[in-house]
Amino acid sequence: MADRHLEPDTPELRARWGNFAWTEANAAQAKVVVARYPEGRQRSAVMPLLDLAQRQVGAETNTQGWLPIPVMEYVASYLDMPIIRVVEVATFYTMYNLVPVGKFHVQVCGTTPCMLRGSDDLIAACHKRGMKAGHISADGLWSFTEVECMGNCASAPMVQINDDNYEDLTVERLDKVLDALARGETPKAGTQEPGRHTVEPAGALSNLTAMVGDNHDYRGEW
Amino acid sequence: MPKVTVDGVELEVPAGATVLQACELAGKEIPRFCYHERLSIAGNCRMCLVEVKPGPPKPQASCALPAADGQVIRTDSEMVKKAREGVMEFLLINHPLDCPICDQGGECDLQDQSVAYGRGSSRYHEHKRAVTEKYMGPLIKTTMTRCIQCTRCVRFSEEIAGVDEIGALYRGENMQISTYLEKASTHELSANVIDLCPVGALTSRPYAFEARPWELKKTLGIDVSDACGANIRIDARGREVLRFLPRNNDDVNEEWLSDKGRYQADGLTRRRLDRPWIRRDGKLVAASWEEVLPAVASINPGSSIAAIAGDLVDVETMYAAKKLLAELGSHLLEGRQTGMAYAADNLAAVNFNTTFAGIETADAILIVGSHIRNEAPLLNVRLRKAAKQGAKVFIIGPVWDPTYKAEFLGTDAAILNKLPQHVWDALAHAKRPAIIVGGAGLARGALEPALAVSNQLGFVRTLEDGSAWNGFNVLHMAASRMGGLMLGYAQKGGIADLVAAAPKLVLSLGADEVDYSKFAGSMVVYIGHHGDKGAHAADIILPGAAFTEKDGIFVNTEGRVQFSERAVFAPGQAREDWTILRALADAFGVNVGFDSFQQLRTSLVADFTAFAEEGLVDYGALPAGGGEASGEIVYPIADFYLTNPIARASATLQRCSAELLHGEIQAEAAE
Repeated sequence: MADRHLEPDTPELRARWGNFAWTEANAAQAKVVVARYPEGRQRSAVMPLLDLAQRQVGAETNTQGWLPIPVMEYVASYLDMPIIRVVEVATFYTMYNLVPVGKFHVQVCGTTPCMLRGSDDLIAACHKRGMKAGHISADGLWSFTEVECMGNCASAPMVQINDDNYEDLTVERLDKVLDALARGETPKAGTQEPGRHTVEPAGALSNLTAMVGDNHDYRGEW
Repeated sequence: MPKVTVDGVELEVPAGATVLQACELAGKEIPRFCYHERLSIAGNCRMCLVEVKPGPPKPQASCALPAADGQVIRTDSEMVKKAREGVMEFLLINHPLDCPICDQGGECDLQDQSVAYGRGSSRYHEHKRAVTEKYMGPLIKTTMTRCIQCTRCVRFSEEIAGVDEIGALYRGENMQISTYLEKASTHELSANVIDLCPVGALTSRPYAFEARPWELKKTLGIDVSDACGANIRIDARGREVLRFLPRNNDDVNEEWLSDKGRYQADGLTRRRLDRPWIRRDGKLVAASWEEVLPAVASINPGSSIAAIAGDLVDVETMYAAKKLLAELGSHLLEGRQTGMAYAADNLAAVNFNTTFAGIETADAILIVGSHIRNEAPLLNVRLRKAAKQGAKVFIIGPVWDPTYKAEFLGTDAAILNKLPQHVWDALAHAKRPAIIVGGAGLARGALEPALAVSNQLGFVRTLEDGSAWNGFNVLHMAASRMGGLMLGYAQKGGIADLVAAAPKLVLSLGADEVDYSKFAGSMVVYIGHHGDKGAHAADIILPGAAFTEKDGIFVNTEGRVQFSERAVFAPGQAREDWTILRALADAFGVNVGFDSFQQLRTSLVADFTAFAEEGLVDYGALPAGGGEASGEIVYPIADFYLTNPIARASATLQRCSAELLHGEIQAEAAE
């Protein structure tokens, strides 16, 4: 996160994105989003609209999408709010990309539970494929970020790629996911552990066994 | 009214007070960085932690905690001491130890509070965060590594200035304060963030590395850059004024100062008239006092003498000139240099009667021909407060950005003769209606119809709570205006009367905005401090003192008499203006009745008792008005930063004008 920065405001950037405007579908969606908020509080829509804008940029560039400065200015004028307030929001949340990213933005969790379960190996595997923080791989497919906890500790280690989480990873399973994505396929999101559906206990139930059938009051046993 | 106990002392605090305010009422000092009386509460520095019972068993941020009945607050317990030490230690983790090269040194909240509440030594050995400098314009110098992220500057720009220029980008440890894309901060009050910054992150760029606060002699003065009469502190070292800082005065400037008032200090040392000059063969040549006084006397004007007061002169100077002219048998006094000729026989009609503090509470305001942000930035802060509380604001004149919601009715002054129905209704139904007539309005004859509106709708009234309300206001732009009008510096026909009288001698008291070509047949004697337009047109120049170089009385546009004190002496052979006028009396062989400044003031107070003490002058009742306004409104101030001779001489303000108003890009020298 420390290396987050805004893409410089250059004439080339202005030329590419200066005439950004909602597509027809997104214009309708933007109206729906703004209508969720009470009269006079339209500015609250800044976060969903920034996301929408990022997705539109992504669709135009065939990447996950990012927020060039003219696009942020467009959102600011759309909501009639000061541009600096929009930039504050966009720079605060790491889900908004401030610089161009590849088609797949690989975010590897490196926080303690994932690290204990082998996230270091996943990071090494990513590096081996040419991914490097803050860079887009030569084929334009991959961007890489090491992130903090994504809340999937029960199925650690995990990786988030664009909108999907891939959990219970090993190097081999990650390779399989990445290869599938590179081929243009859509691998199954969620846990990659065979036989596991979500984050239910792996193997047999180890505690709270008395509650499998119906409710059980443990308080007397404490 | 909740009753709380602070360190064992029970006291009652006003409803809605915070625990911090309760502690202050009890006389306890609470350290703080982010909390500021005039800004919203952020609660992010955590320095104001105190122990509060009942409540969770941990220190609480007192600035954001409402005082409640029965609270037992401790500011002196071991828990509080430890909490403060801890917070201070965290704040200092990323704060550089560069006090010796920091301009804030000696007047730094962080420095003072770390001495008072800190641990005394650091346990931190890791790397400190470093942040790149952010460009914020020609006035604000940034050293962002020093920032402790109190966000006072962000809140000032959003809440007080109303321009949303400054923001906090990124998050956590990487949070950075910046303007959007590091553009220059352009608001006329932008430099107040320098005073608000509790550390050395935002400091004054023109004042960088000039002096330490303990080297400076502090003098209480009055700002003359506009007619607000902001209270300032003049900081001088030796013979040079180094900076102006605002003083607290809730009735006038709260604690803000316009950028022009703050940064005209360097203009006081440039383009100065430090010796007499006399025109020989069409060219001004340097002379001595011994030469010029007889030269003035040899003009021998008799009663054919007129005096024009400039925008920056004090009441004493104008009074001394008035006495001199009276002794010579002339009453040709005028201060409205640009030729305005509104009636000045009833001063209530040309006064800001609502007062600045009062206009905050107005609920409907009609502004006629005034670009308030340029003409009185400090008043715009008040109007913004009123508008935020729901006041409806209507403006007649070309469009400008008021920073609050306002309706522009058009640019023709004639709109005032018959106001649109919805404006009339809004003013008629308002509890506290107000009208503000600016200089551009006065020039189009808006004074009389404005008085008529105020009269018809009863803008002078007694409010429900029994207090008096006077909603009629005229906003002047010159610091000397109200004082001059009180002394009678107003002819019926304005300056045209002086031209018509074709006096042999025109005494120009720092009048730099006059069209002197109309006085081609007169000898012009200029008493002033800057080599500006007036000096160029003069036949004889008598070097006078600037407002920092003399004691003086100024009356602001509210009719508030305020005393300014001398901070330094005038340079070279320049003298205080009243002594020059006294010497002229000798040269003309008349007796003006005073030999010392004290005698001058005594005589002044004897003639005009209102000048005896500071405070608002009572000008009596408003006239009824009548008449009609007509013509396009044109705001008189084209360049906010260069409105008076001192400002025009200031390199800082010249740069502000070039960069902020005319968009010139100033190349930074490589350091």
